[in-house]
Amino acid sequence: MSEKKPPLLEVDDLSVTFSQRGRDPVEAVSEVSFTIGEGENVGIVGESGSGKSVTSMALMGLLPERGVTVGGSARYQGKDLLRMSRRELNRIRGTEIAMVFQDPMSSLNPVVTIGTQISEVIKRHNRVTSKQAADRSAELLDRVGIPDPRRRLSEYPHQLSGGIRQRVLIAIALACEPKLLIADEPTTALDVTIQAQILTQLRELVADFGTSLIMITHDLGVVAGLCDEVHVMYAGRIVESADRRPLFAQPRHPYTGGLLQSVPRLDSPRDEPLEPIPGSPTDTLPWSEGCAFQPRCSNAVDQCLQQTPRLEPDDGRLLRCFNPLEGGGRDR
Amino acid sequence: MTAEPVTTASTAKRREPERGESLWRGAFRRLSRRPVAIAGAVIVFLFLLVALLAPLLAPYEPASTEWTELSTPYWVQGHSPDHPLGIDRWGSDMLTQLIYGARQSLIIGVVATAIGLVAGAALGALAGAFGGWVDMIVMRFVDIMLSVPSLLLAISIAAIMGKSSMALMIAIGVGQVPIFARLLRGSMLGQNEADYVLAANALGLRKRTIVMGHVLPNSLGPTIVQATLNLATAIIEVAALSYLGLGEGDPAVAEWGRMIVSAQDRFEIAPWLAFYPGICIAVTALGFTLLGESLREALDPKQRR
Repeated sequence: MSEKKPPLLEVDDLSVTFSQRGRDPVEAVSEVSFTIGEGENVGIVGESGSGKSVTSMALMGLLPERGVTVGGSARYQGKDLLRMSRRELNRIRGTEIAMVFQDPMSSLNPVVTIGTQISEVIKRHNRVTSKQAADRSAELLDRVGIPDPRRRLSEYPHQLSGGIRQRVLIAIALACEPKLLIADEPTTALDVTIQAQILTQLRELVADFGTSLIMITHDLGVVAGLCDEVHVMYAGRIVESADRRPLFAQPRHPYTGGLLQSVPRLDSPRDEPLEPIPGSPTDTLPWSEGCAFQPRCSNAVDQCLQQTPRLEPDDGRLLRCFNPLEGGGRDR
Repeated sequence: MTAEPVTTASTAKRREPERGESLWRGAFRRLSRRPVAIAGAVIVFLFLLVALLAPLLAPYEPASTEWTELSTPYWVQGHSPDHPLGIDRWGSDMLTQLIYGARQSLIIGVVATAIGLVAGAALGALAGAFGGWVDMIVMRFVDIMLSVPSLLLAISIAAIMGKSSMALMIAIGVGQVPIFARLLRGSMLGQNEADYVLAANALGLRKRTIVMGHVLPNSLGPTIVQATLNLATAIIEVAALSYLGLGEGDPAVAEWGRMIVSAQDRFEIAPWLAFYPGICIAVTALGFTLLGESLREALDPKQRR
C-alpha cells in the first residue's frame, strides 16, 4: 500500500506457535504479513486473544525461547529481526525499534527513580556523561508534556499517576529517537480523558521525530485518528487490511463490521442500541478447516465450515472472507 | 503536591514527602508508626547498647572469681545490694556475666548471619541471574547442604576446628546458606517475569544492567527481612550449641547458653541462675523477630498503608 518509499519493516508470513509438553501446540499467530514505511502509522486491531500482542512481542524478540516457535520473517531495513542474535537485537532495541507497553503501573521499576530509568537507556545507547543524560531526560519529560520535569526525575513510579507514568514510558521509548515505535495498547489502562491527551501527544511526537508507529489496540476509535493503514486480526490471522478511510466507510469483513457496530458513534440515532458481536473469541470450530470467525458470524455460509478462507486482494484491500459484507459490489 | 491535578483523596490526606521517596525510606516511615515495630526496635537497640557498652555498664570485671565462697553446692547467695542478680556458680557477679554475654551473642549472631547472607545471596544471585544449567547446579548444591542436619554439621565443624567462637559462627552461618540462596533465587525468578524487566529488555539494556539495576534491587527485600529474622534464630542457636558444649572453649568468656548449663546443677537451690540468661535469650530473639516481621509487612507492597 506504500509503494512510494522502501518499507522500513516488512513482515512476511509471521507465525508463532506455543507448544507445551503433553498438549497440542497452539498457533497463536499465523500468516501475518504487513509492511510499514518510514513515517507511516499502522494500526493492528482485534479483540483480546486475537494475537496482536504476541505479534509485537515476536517482532521485538521478547517471547520466551522455550516452547515457542516463530516462523516467517520480519525484515527491518533488509535484516531479519527473527534471525538476529540477542546481541544484534539489543543494539537495535531501544535505538531503532522501541516499544510502549500496556500497563504503566507495572512497566516501570518500582525501586528506581524515573530519572535513573530514562538516563539508563540514553547512556546505554549513546556516549554521554551522566549530566548530559539527566539534561536530556528532563527535556524528554518536558516534550511528553510532564510539568516540572526536573522534580519528576527524582521521584519514584509509585508517586506518579497513571497518565504521568504512561508519558514517562513514552519518553523512555523515544529517548533514542527510534525509527519504529510499537505501542501495545498504550491507553487501555487510563481514564478516557487522559487517553485522548496521550493519543494526541503520541501522534505529534511520532510526527516530530519522524518515527513510524505500529499501534496495537482493541479500540477502533484509537486507530481512527492516528493510523494510515489498519490491519484487523482475528484468531491470530489478519482478516482485513485496508487504508483507514475505506475501512471505516465500508467494512467488508463481518468481524470488522461487528467491531465498528460495537463502538458508539455520535451520528447514530439515540435510541439505537449498540450491537455487540455475539460469542467470544474462544468459540472456534472443533476441526481445523474452516473460518475461525464462523461460529460468531451472521454472514456465514456453508463454505465457511468446509474451507479456510485465504487473504485475497479485493478492491484495493485485503480480505479473508467467503461472504463479505455488501460494499464493493461483487458478492461471492 | 497541591498543584498535582491527579492526586487521589487518600494520598492527598497523607503527608507525603516533597522529594522522591524510595521503597526503603517509605518502609522506614511506615515502620516508625507501628507499635510492634517500635517495641522490636527498642529491644534490639537496648541489646546493641548493652553489648557495645559492656565494660562501662558492668559493675565488676568479667569472669572474676572473687566471691567463690558465696557460691557452694549447698548455698548460693541470692539478690543482694552488692550483686543485684546474685553470684553464679564460679563466683562471679551474675549481672556482669549477663552484660558481657550480650556481646558474645551479638558478635556470633551477626557474624554467623553475615556469613549465611553473603554466601547464600551470592549463590542465589548466581542461580537467579543466569538460570538454566547454572541454576540447576547451584540449586542441587544447595539441596545437598539442606540435607545435612544443621546440628550434625555444627558438631562436625566444631570437631574439626575445635571449640571456638569461630567454629560456632561458621557452623551457624553455613546452616543458613540454603535459606538465603533459595529465597533470593526465588524472588529473582519472580522478578524476571515482571513487566518492567520485559520493558527493559525491549529497550535493549544489557543483561548485566537488568540484573544488577532492576532484578536484584527488587528481590532483596525478602532476603533482608529473612536476615533480621535469622539473627533471632542465630542467637538461639548460639545458646543451644553452647549448651551442648560446642561453643567458646575459654570458660572466662561469658555466654548465655553456657550460663544455663552451669546453672543446671544448682537449679534446685538457685533457679534464677538459669532463669536470667534464659530471659535474655528469649527477649533478644523476640526483639529481632518483631523487628523482622514488621519490616516484612512494611516492605510488602500489598499491605501499604
